[in-house]
Amino acid sequence: MSKKTHITLKVNGKSEEFLAEPRELLIYTLRERLNITGPHIGCETSHCGACTVTVDGKSVKSCTMFAVQAEGAEITTIEGIGTPDSLHPLQEAFKEHHGLQCGYCTPGMITRAAKLLEENPAPSEEEIRFGMAGNICRCTGYQNIVKSIQAAAAEMNSSQSSSSEAVGHKTTEAAE
Amino acid sequence: MHNFDFVKPGSVAEAAEALKAEDAMALGGGQTLIPTMKARLNAPSALVSLSGMAEMVGVSGSDPVVIGGATTHGQVAAEAGYPALAALAGQIGDPAVRSRGTIGGSLANNDPAACYPAAALASGAVIKTDRREIVADDFFVGMFETALEEGEIITSVSFPVPAKANYQKFLQPASRFALVGVFVAQFDSGVRVAVTGASEEGVHRWSAAEEALSANFSAEALEGLSVASDGLMSDLHGSAEYRAHLVKVMTGRAVRAAG
Repeated sequence: MSKKTHITLKVNGKSEEFLAEPRELLIYTLRERLNITGPHIGCETSHCGACTVTVDGKSVKSCTMFAVQAEGAEITTIEGIGTPDSLHPLQEAFKEHHGLQCGYCTPGMITRAAKLLEENPAPSEEEIRFGMAGNICRCTGYQNIVKSIQAAAAEMNSSQSSSSEAVGHKTTEAAE
Repeated sequence: MHNFDFVKPGSVAEAAEALKAEDAMALGGGQTLIPTMKARLNAPSALVSLSGMAEMVGVSGSDPVVIGGATTHGQVAAEAGYPALAALAGQIGDPAVRSRGTIGGSLANNDPAACYPAAALASGAVIKTDRREIVADDFFVGMFETALEEGEIITSVSFPVPAKANYQKFLQPASRFALVGVFVAQFDSGVRVAVTGASEEGVHRWSAAEEALSANFSAEALEGLSVASDGLMSDLHGSAEYRAHLVKVMTGRAVRAAG
């Protein structure tokens, strides 16, 4: 009955184009059509956040969005955050501070945390817990996830402030 | 999930036309509708997406604050010049839900534990549709039931801004809906108190508290009042008696927080 729809979108900077039924959920587009298997299917009922990706700058549960709704969108998944050789500070911090055990929730957790730190670069513990409320972890009890995010924030802020100090230096020199 | 046609209209008029198709449904942010489709509780022939039309998105005005029907909770939280409403929007669900879910979708669904209906009813909001204007007192009819007709679209919601207002939500931590939520709004003309998450009929006003608070806007004014548990929801998260108790507690907290 329903026709397939022509969809174009960008995932981790790469343009994709395909035909899909309107009922195709974005998580299936990513995992099964595009073979981007970082985002996981945990509950498939919008609760767990394992499928969290960033769509046009906003955290979204990709199991609760149709691919047709992502027409023209720019999507970032865990594959677009750091590389095995050059981990994102969050990935480094999750590794260092035991922010994961089984690892199933981790791609969604880190994708959301990266967005959270963009929105709020120095969150308190309470702000982290509130900002991560849509991502459920059944292993860690969250303490080490909070610690990891705090450690990553500190790391990102210190490298940022040292680079802005450097910029400040230059400005001073230029002014002189 | 059964398949369906997807319609992306360019205007409200086109959306209204598309919604005339048999079993067509409007799609806001989809944060309730998509899960219900997965569970086959809804199987529309077509989904008409309301989220891509600029005329239905945005926050404007200072009193009233006017919010486009397809505006996300996240945008309301960030932009609405009505602090109690912005705070409420910022606590709906979780960040991903707030990225997608819309005010029009929430009001049209009228979940008996949703937050927005309490804000609309307590503020005396006016719900504007593609056909008419409906005052909040006439809009909420019962659990998951509103005055909306078949295919009617909420284009915007207009909130008068009270002198003082606050929303207190007792969080049901798994669903992140309100176990009980109370919105208190003090206007020159009197106080309005709306309760969500409690009644089997959905959101409703607590008139005894309104009278008491209109005479004396303080939590102490509620002392002699009690809420009957008749007609309140009862489930594994809380009995009707527990919810009745919470209504008074949350109203007191809202009054104190409103200052």
